[in-house]
This record gives sequence, structure tokens and C-alpha cells, in this order.
Amino acid sequence: MSVSTSSTPALSGAATSPAVVQQSATPALDKIRIENLSFFYGQNRALKDITLSLTENQVTAFIGPSGCGKSTLLRVLNRIYELYPNQRAEGTVLLDGEDILDPKQDRNVLRARIGMVFQKPTPFPMSIYENIAFGVRLYDHLSRSEMDERVEHALRGAALWNEVKDKLHASGTSLSGGQQQRLCIARTVAVKPEVILFDEPCSALDPISTSRIEELIDELSSSYTIAIVTHNMQQAARVSDHTAFMYLGELVEFGETQTIFTAPKQKKTEEYITGRFG
Amino acid sequence: MVNIPMSSVSVGARDLAIKRFAASDALFRLVTRSAAYLVLTLLGAFLVTLVIGSSLALSTFGVGFFTTQSWNPNPDILKFGALAPIYGTLVTSAIAMALALPVGLGIAVFLTELCPLSLRRAIGSAIELLAGVPSIIYGMWGLFVLAPVLQNFENNYLVPVVADVPILSSIFAGPSYGQGVLTAGIILAIMVLPFIAAVSRDVFLTVPAVLKEAAFGLGATTREVVRKVVLPYSRVGVIGGAMLALGRALGETMAVTFVIGNDPKVRASLLAPGTTISSSIANEFAEAKEPMHSSALVALGLILFVITLIVLSAARLMLARMNQRAGA
Repeated sequence: MSVSTSSTPALSGAATSPAVVQQSATPALDKIRIENLSFFYGQNRALKDITLSLTENQVTAFIGPSGCGKSTLLRVLNRIYELYPNQRAEGTVLLDGEDILDPKQDRNVLRARIGMVFQKPTPFPMSIYENIAFGVRLYDHLSRSEMDERVEHALRGAALWNEVKDKLHASGTSLSGGQQQRLCIARTVAVKPEVILFDEPCSALDPISTSRIEELIDELSSSYTIAIVTHNMQQAARVSDHTAFMYLGELVEFGETQTIFTAPKQKKTEEYITGRFG
Repeated sequence: MVNIPMSSVSVGARDLAIKRFAASDALFRLVTRSAAYLVLTLLGAFLVTLVIGSSLALSTFGVGFFTTQSWNPNPDILKFGALAPIYGTLVTSAIAMALALPVGLGIAVFLTELCPLSLRRAIGSAIELLAGVPSIIYGMWGLFVLAPVLQNFENNYLVPVVADVPILSSIFAGPSYGQGVLTAGIILAIMVLPFIAAVSRDVFLTVPAVLKEAAFGLGATTREVVRKVVLPYSRVGVIGGAMLALGRALGETMAVTFVIGNDPKVRASLLAPGTTISSSIANEFAEAKEPMHSSALVALGLILFVITLIVLSAARLMLARMNQRAGA
């Protein structure tokens, strides 16, 4: 009885500020901090003052109806949008405290640090081995045996090694869709990025391949900071630690995945996750 | 509102209409089909005419027609070997491709990967205009502008510089008259450049954007993306485009006739005058009074016809394979 009364003030204190308690429990670092980010396709504003953080070694999911700006947000993070004229970003995106939108930042080095896996599998027109070695060679000069090791390690990491170890020199395009997507993940992992962006990685895959990729994302999250865009809400609930719900270019709600899916604060979020619109 | 009952069109009238449609349909099919068959007939007729026309020369000289280079239309001698024109045709085309292919690919890469949008259209139309310039313009320009410039450059710089280098000294042996195999090759390169650039540009545009994004996403630079992704992906199409250009270079007559010097001899030096199949025919056909002389010229035509047919079929085949893969 005395124990419970003495602990009551502490409990109530925790209840009023749960965020503080959680931070002190696990010193989670912000790998990427996005502040007041806006994005424009010509005159069309696709992102409106987005502010949120991606926690190191955790999975952050982005959900929302088509055209809400999820994929656009990912494309800002590795500055791939710069390939196209008339697209520009405003605001700040800090990677380990450095603004990646600063034109002085080398975008090729940035893209090596922030890997991306696309919606459709995109194996390069070369062998399985070369698909992985290609990215590695851009930044590392490895000996033949070191490269073999790196390729094997990457393929094992992407749970593809056993299926392709006997045909490493077959064309990457000869694999099945699910295998191709895992090859793309292996290729991304092989360059040892710090952050991996997944842009609807399973939307072109069958359920079995999907669950393999989800397992893989879960494993990868122990060593990488991961952002994933998905249309599949169960997938977001399964794989992510944090979830951001976006709508019409705005961040409606952002929080722990469990909270978003069980007790969303915004009515719009609740309507979306229960399937009433979107 | 007027209500027309279905039965207002009598059954007899409808039958008549159907018959009329059937008849006009059959006629339409016949007309289009004969138009298509006309092409095949023409192709066959060319081949037959060339074979008949060349039979006198080919049966007289046999294999020697392809391996000897004495070309003497003197009525008392009448000895013909096609080696020099064949050699000239192949060498000028090879020079043209060697010069035009890298430049054309460079143009295409710049247009598709690096060029600002506004400039892209301007350069693109310039290339298409260049492809439309009549070959006689190239010929005159080559004779009056390019040849003197080249002659000056070759005699004053190229020949002295390579004079002591073992193989180059015989390839670039002087003196240069400005008109020669190299000049013809350069003119051909300029003529086929727009073809290669335009076809390569179109082929590069078929490379999926996501594939390029994926390569850029790994941190690759434009050069690496072009070398490792764009070129391998579009390789077959680029080769097909180059073959089309080669087909044009092999058959080009007017511009080459202006600048090659028209001397039917095989010489080691690229600076020396030579001849090609088409320029030989153009130069001599009007004066070919002897049946053997004109038959030899027709035989030259047959050789050119066969060479270009092979090159163009190979090009079509490669482009078809490319399209097939893009569609899959």
C-alpha cells in the first residue's frame, strides 16, 4: 500500500509527459530532421511546411492517399528530384545536423549515404554480380576477393544469396519480380548507406515476396534508418516504429505507429486508417 | 420529335448496302495490297536487272573481278577489276563511322542527359535540318572549302609530324592534293552525323527514367550513368542507327565524287586519291560505250546493292529486336 502511494506521483508525471520519459529511456537520435519543407513542381506546391524527424535505426512509414506528397518527400531526401528542371525544394533537411539541401553539399556523396529502393524493381542491364558491384565501385576500390565478399554479404543481407549464388553472372533482368526487388535492396545495402528510402517497394510484388521484403526491412532497421512509403496500411503497421499521415501535401499527424493506428488524434487520420476515404 | 421505326429501312435495302460495302472493301484491299507488292516487285526487278546487266563482266572476269584492281576502259584493253572501288567504298565508310559515331553519341548524350530544355529543341531541329541538306551542297562545300583547308593542314602539319612513325607514315603519306580518301571520309562523317545523333537520341529516350534514377540514387555521376546504364540498355538500338548511317555512307555518290579524286587504284595512304563504287559509276556511265565497260559498271552496282542490303537488313533486325525488348 505504501509502495503504491509513493509511486503515484511519478506515474502521473510520466502520464503527463510521456515523450520525455521515452527519450530518457532510449536515447533515440534524429538521423534526419526535416524543417518547414515545401516542394514545388513548377508553380504547383506539392509539400507544405513539413516538419518531422526520422529516428536513427528505426522505421518511419509514410501513409496517405495518392498525390499526398509521400513519394515527393522521399525524393527530396536524396535530392533525386534535381534530375528534373522546374522541381525545387524550400526549407531545411538536416542529415546528422548538416543541411542536405545546401547546394554546396555534394549530391553524389549524399546519394551514396541515402539509398533508395523504387516502386518497380530496377535492375540495371548487367549481370546480378555487376548490379551490386556497380554501386560499390563508384566509391570503393576493392580487390576481386573483397568485392566477391561484399557482393555475397549484400545478397545475404537481402535474403537473395541462396537463390542466385549459382548464377551470379546471369542477367539481373532474368530474375522474378520479387527477386529483382531484393536485388535492388542488396544493391542499395552494398554501398553501405546510412539511410534507406523505400518508395512503395512491394506494390508490384505478390504476397509472398511482400512478406519477405517486410521481414528484410525489419532486419535492416537494426543497422539502418529507414523511411518507407506505402499504400498498404497493414504494412505500415507491421514494419514501422513511427508513422506519418499526409494529406494534400500536409503532414496531418505524426507519431508512434501504435498510437496512430489505435488512437489517432486527428479525425482525418482515423477516417483514412479505417478506410472511410482515400 | 420524330420517331423512326426500325422497319423503315427495308430488308432489301440493307442487303444491298452490305453487298456494296463488301465490294468496296475488296477493292480497297486489292489496291493497298498491290501497292505493297509493288515494293517487293521493284526490289526483285532491280536485282534481276543488275544480275543480267552484270553477267557479261562477271562471266568474263570471274572471281578476278573482285580481287584485281586494273580498271581500264580503253576499247583495246577492256580489263576490269573492282577491288579499288570496293576498297574505297569500305574505307571511306569506315572513316566516316569512326569519326561520326563518337561525335553523334556525344550529341545524343548531351541532348538527353545534360542539355537545358530550351536548348534541346534548338539543337534537335538543327540536327534534323542538317540531315536534310542535299548531298551536292556537301560536295561543293567539300571541294571548295574543306579540301583546300585539309590540304594545307595535311601537307604542313600531319605529314611532317608522322614522317618518322613506322605505320602512320605510310597511312598518311604525302603529298596531299586535298582530294582523297580521307577527305571523302570526313565529308561522309559530316553527312551521317545527324542520322546517328537523331537515332541515338530517340533510343536514349526509351531508357526508363526509374532506371536512371536508381543509378543516380546510388551516387553515380552522369558519365557513369550513361556508360553503365544508358548505353548498355540502348546498345542494340544505337548499333541499328549506326548501321542505317553506314548504309547511307556506303551509297553516297555526289559528295564523294566531288572530293575523292576519282583514281581507281588501291593506295596505302589515306591522303591519296581513290574511288568508290558509286562515284565510279557516276563518273563513267555516260562514257561507257563498250558493252563490257557498262556491264562492269552494272556489276559494281550489284556489289553495292548487295553490301547495302546486308547492312540495312542487319540494322532493321537489330532495331526490331530493340523494340521487342522495350515492349516486353
